[in-house]
Amino acid sequence: MLSRTAENLFWLARYVERAEYLARTIDATLRVTALPAAYVGKTNEWDSALLTAGVGANFYDHYEEANERNVVEYLSFSDANPASIKNCIEAARLNSRSVRTALTSEMWDTINSAWIELQAVWSKGPSNREELAKFLRFVQETSLRFDGSAYRTMLRNDAYWFSRLGVHLERADNTARILDVKYHMLLPEEEHVGGPLDYYQWTSILRSVSATTAYHWVYRETLKPWLIADLLILNDTLPRSLASCYSNLVRNLDQIGVAYGRQGASQRHARGIRNRLEHSNMDDIFQHGVHEFIQEFIADNSRLGEIITKQYLI
Amino acid sequence: MGGQSGYMAVAFDEMNGLGEDLRPAYQELSRWLKETPPDALEYRRQEAELLFRRIGITFAVYGDSEAQERLIPFDVIPRIMSATEWMLLEKGLKQRVLALNMFLKDIYHGRDILRANIIPEDLIFQNPVFRPEMNGQDVPHDIYVHIAGIDIIRTDPDNFIVLEDNARTPSGVSYMLENREIMMRLFPDLFARHRVAPVERYPDELLSALRSVAPHSASAEPTVALMTPGVYNSAYYEHSFLADKLGIELVEGRDLIVKNDEVFMRTTEGLKRVDVIYRRVDDDFLDPLTFRPDSALGVPGLMSAYAAGNITLANAVGTGIADDKAIYSYMPDIVKFYLSEEPILKNVQTWRCREAQDLSYVLDNLADLVVKEVHGSGGYGMLIGPAATKATIEAFRDKLKREPEGFIAQPTLALSTCPTCTDKGLAPRHVDLRPFVLTGSSHTTIVPGGLTRVALKEGSLVVNSSQGGGTKDTWILSE
Repeated sequence: MLSRTAENLFWLARYVERAEYLARTIDATLRVTALPAAYVGKTNEWDSALLTAGVGANFYDHYEEANERNVVEYLSFSDANPASIKNCIEAARLNSRSVRTALTSEMWDTINSAWIELQAVWSKGPSNREELAKFLRFVQETSLRFDGSAYRTMLRNDAYWFSRLGVHLERADNTARILDVKYHMLLPEEEHVGGPLDYYQWTSILRSVSATTAYHWVYRETLKPWLIADLLILNDTLPRSLASCYSNLVRNLDQIGVAYGRQGASQRHARGIRNRLEHSNMDDIFQHGVHEFIQEFIADNSRLGEIITKQYLI
Repeated sequence: MGGQSGYMAVAFDEMNGLGEDLRPAYQELSRWLKETPPDALEYRRQEAELLFRRIGITFAVYGDSEAQERLIPFDVIPRIMSATEWMLLEKGLKQRVLALNMFLKDIYHGRDILRANIIPEDLIFQNPVFRPEMNGQDVPHDIYVHIAGIDIIRTDPDNFIVLEDNARTPSGVSYMLENREIMMRLFPDLFARHRVAPVERYPDELLSALRSVAPHSASAEPTVALMTPGVYNSAYYEHSFLADKLGIELVEGRDLIVKNDEVFMRTTEGLKRVDVIYRRVDDDFLDPLTFRPDSALGVPGLMSAYAAGNITLANAVGTGIADDKAIYSYMPDIVKFYLSEEPILKNVQTWRCREAQDLSYVLDNLADLVVKEVHGSGGYGMLIGPAATKATIEAFRDKLKREPEGFIAQPTLALSTCPTCTDKGLAPRHVDLRPFVLTGSSHTTIVPGGLTRVALKEGSLVVNSSQGGGTKDTWILSE
């Protein structure tokens, strides 16, 4: 397929995934900030929302204070934020338009309808919390529909695989960023604290990766920080864990390699990361330093994006 | 709407003729219209609009920032033709396109027609759409115009008249196909009551025509690609639609690269040779090395690959010389010259302002004539005498005197009308028809039908989508 088409599919999937992730981040932050102050602690949750979105620095070019109103606006509707939900959906539609021939009509319909709804219903942004909740649901549903229609309607060929690469690379980045911002909450030393404050923070982390119920099914335990870290980093069964993202990245890259009859740097690099995750356990990671581990992962992951681009997309 | 009470004929009407004589092809439709309550039609119209928007069948209007993507209004009342009418039209179209191709071959090779003094030389050589690069260059099977869109109008039941030949990059065929899809979805019952010839094989016909003209150096399975200027082009939807239906790559200039006079596209598996490009990019923007150096849309070296015979461009470069409005008036002579046949399709009477006698007639009768720029298109820059104010006419007169060779003039024709949904119920609106003629190595095909464009404004004769025109589904009944 055309390199440009593959590139557009890859980015289209990333934009949709990112929009959903932002919606979940806002949702989780709203929940934790709605709690009485005693449960929240002194950290500014809106600040960490900005950090997990990876847009902390630019925010202050446009706003004075990281509060609910400003951060919600910046993350969801701001034109000034190139990675706002609105801009993600617009970029996704523009990408879809240029690769319409590679999309199934269901996928196109999902993105195009979302874009139409964005113009028609949400052009002014939500006016109150209820509206906001509706908007966040709309974004998450769009992403679900997009994923679902890709899964159900796309031919299993390189178009599908490049689109999946975008999803999992973006997803791995998002999960890693949450861990990066909140890692200090997950250190075993903090265990003794175990007060209500941490409990709600931990729930919030799980919620932002849609894993609150999953946690209980996997561990059948009350919330323990190292288990949360284990779930998000190493547990292959959780779709948003780093391990799961990398199983998928390796599989999709292998499929491309088989179809094209040759492998390259991206296959090797992805396999390297996957193997490291497979052969790690939480004890080692804590020994090594969670923070360092995550930082390294984020760098490795973004390196994979560059290698894929160089090998296939230009 | 029930019935046609108050339906006032303003010209030859495709349904009612010149008065109340219901034409046979419309019998069933007329009955159906009488049975159908007006709000049911309105409801279907809204449904159709919704479908168009969801599918994303839009076009961009240049310079119109508010509505970057607009819908072309769709009228749900079909335009119908009998099999007999179509057979005549089809024969005429094939004759016309054959003559266009022979003319182009001649102009870029032997130039018999110039030596026979049928067309003045300066009309060719001083014409900006004449491409000296094409002199002596052979194209596979001598086909220059693989895809032609011939604009047809009627003023009476007996004649088909060519308003314009489009031999460069005619657009609109996606509307022909999508209009049919949507009509079949919305009006299954109406279809069941007619025998409408299908149009859906157009993409297959197009693909086989394109493959049939692959260069000799191509493999047995030639690779065809559709080249678009990109997402911001007004016809982008159509480009992606066709590429999808044909199952070929939709490429932009930046996807292509020329090496050793061969054209390749950049793919995820490396470079892949392309043999035929169905290009929807104008000549000027094809190759910055040959044509406009400021163009970012093109492919450097494309023309040298073309000259080397390693790539077929459809349509060929330089076809503009055949559909130029100045050449148009010579078309009946062109048909006679190459085919020794009488032209089946008529031309609109045309005054060539470059000729003194014609010019003086035109200047004396501006208020009754339509004056067009020789190189204009899309309905821009023309004067419609009867609809213009005195001041506009005078301003145009000055323009005309300054540069008479830039204009032609034609009588204002009462284009035929077709019943159309309006605010005030069914009313006659002027229509034209653009059938699409495909020429491959072995034969010429025309999918029965075409794009009917309708001037939605009362009394308007301008059907162009950029000027508020709409479209209709076109039905050719089988016998």
